Amino acid sequence: MQPIISIKDVNKTYASGFTALQDINLDIKRGEIFALLGPNGAGKTTLISIICGIVNASSGNITADGHDIIRDYRQAREKIGLVPQELTTDAFESVWATVNFSRGLFGKPKDHAYVEKVLRDLSLWNKKDAKMMTLSGGMKRRVMIAKALSHEPSILFLDEPTAGVDVELRRDMWALVHGLRERGVTIILTTHYIEEAEEMADRVGVIHEGRIIVVEDKTEMMAKLGKRQLTLHLQTPLASIPETLSGFKLELADEGNQLVYTFDIQSQDTGITQLMHSLQNLGIDYKDLHSSQSSLEDIFVSLVRAKQ
Amino acid sequence: MNIYAIKAIYRFEMARTGRTLMQSIASPVLSTSLYFIVFGAAIGSRMGNIEGVSYGAFIIPGLLMLSLLSESISNASFGIYFPKFTGTIYEVLSAPVSAAEIVIGYVGAAATKSIILGLLILLTARVFVDYQIAHPFVMGIFLILTALTFSLFGFIIGVWADGFEKLQIIPMMIVTPLTFLGGSFYSISMLPPLWQKITLFNPVVYLVSGFRWSFYDVSDVNVEVSVGMTVLFMLACIGTIYWMFKTGYRLKS
Repeated sequence: MQPIISIKDVNKTYASGFTALQDINLDIKRGEIFALLGPNGAGKTTLISIICGIVNASSGNITADGHDIIRDYRQAREKIGLVPQELTTDAFESVWATVNFSRGLFGKPKDHAYVEKVLRDLSLWNKKDAKMMTLSGGMKRRVMIAKALSHEPSILFLDEPTAGVDVELRRDMWALVHGLRERGVTIILTTHYIEEAEEMADRVGVIHEGRIIVVEDKTEMMAKLGKRQLTLHLQTPLASIPETLSGFKLELADEGNQLVYTFDIQSQDTGITQLMHSLQNLGIDYKDLHSSQSSLEDIFVSLVRAKQ
Repeated sequence: MNIYAIKAIYRFEMARTGRTLMQSIASPVLSTSLYFIVFGAAIGSRMGNIEGVSYGAFIIPGLLMLSLLSESISNASFGIYFPKFTGTIYEVLSAPVSAAEIVIGYVGAAATKSIILGLLILLTARVFVDYQIAHPFVMGIFLILTALTFSLFGFIIGVWADGFEKLQIIPMMIVTPLTFLGGSFYSISMLPPLWQKITLFNPVVYLVSGFRWSFYDVSDVNVEVSVGMTVLFMLACIGTIYWMFKTGYRLKS
């Protein structure tokens, strides 16, 4: 299937000489939730801004739903909604006016029923006449989403959508994003909250210093790059790992009170049974054990560190 | 053409005027009325006619032009600068709108406000001074042409400005002095010959002169030259705005 967004060899160097993006190649699949992760200054917002037409690329080509974003900018931009990172709003406008303004700007005729539905979906209906400056940060964030959805886009960019919002609102937004995906909207989000990507994304891309270092299905990435650990809480602390256990990937933790075994998730033979036998033979007793799997955050941190 | 976008921008800008009636309409009408009271009724009544027109009536086109220029520039420059300042410009830049549609929306609204203001000032002037309009059609053309041209100029200033001070600097330091020295309060034929020649380098002279001709059939320069100079300035503004959008100057990084 043709990707809904296709990014080919995109580079961006600002007038100051700072290179924000280098050789970006990326395809976004139709209907997926794609999370773009990266540390501050990695180039996430620059990439989104180029796709949306706010920043000019130095080179490269981008298509949105088959339309070149420069040559066929009208058709391309009609498909795209953007929720920017900053809460940039018209302080003196009402919620109703600002959302209808966005709809008109994107070439759509008035449709009060649709705008009402968007506002109701975002729990904004009772605030429709409120001036933007009277709203809380969380409410403003909802309005930004309403503005982005006002022209019924098929591609939605969410740049740090839950930055600075409370847990309840974050959960609401996650539900909203899932609901949009079910209606066929493709969602590209950047986030600092890795658990957000872990919760929502189908695929994950990691960008670092202007380069995309990995793009992977989230589950596959966690399986491939993640690791599983078995932690044994020992009865008696160990000063060092016995020589006979050198064949296992073991580490001592908590001043010798814990023995941590790292094993391959995908391997048929995890080696746990042999390890247990060896420990029994050596008379090493344990009072508790638990296993854990690396989170997306662990993978993200290790990927970024590896590139530094 | 994205008509809905043009309408959205236009209505948004006109709504801003509605919210700031005191600043947008009442204040310039009041200050111009003060000019009429002081220079037209009080001092003007003691001055002789200029080219057969009473002084109070003679200054009407110039005062109207003064308000028209400053309000057109101020409305249009603020209209585009404020979204840049607050960051809401992202929405306009990411929308399926062409540069021409953006300009029509912002400049159209700014010019509309200026024309409304100009007509209000004209009505207010009637309270203080008796005047007639010899060529109402030409007067209307000049009013619209000047409002549009200087709204385009204001749009350029709004894109160029990176602070509120810069927004004010050109209207205050250049446009107002040029208007005062452009024959708003006098005929340039009253100046010494050397200054008459120097004054012709002031573009506002052509606007005021042409506008005054439409009122009283008297002018300092030929009316065709006045229209030509205004159109030339308008084309220069359109060319500059075209370049700004093409290069993304102070709009896109």
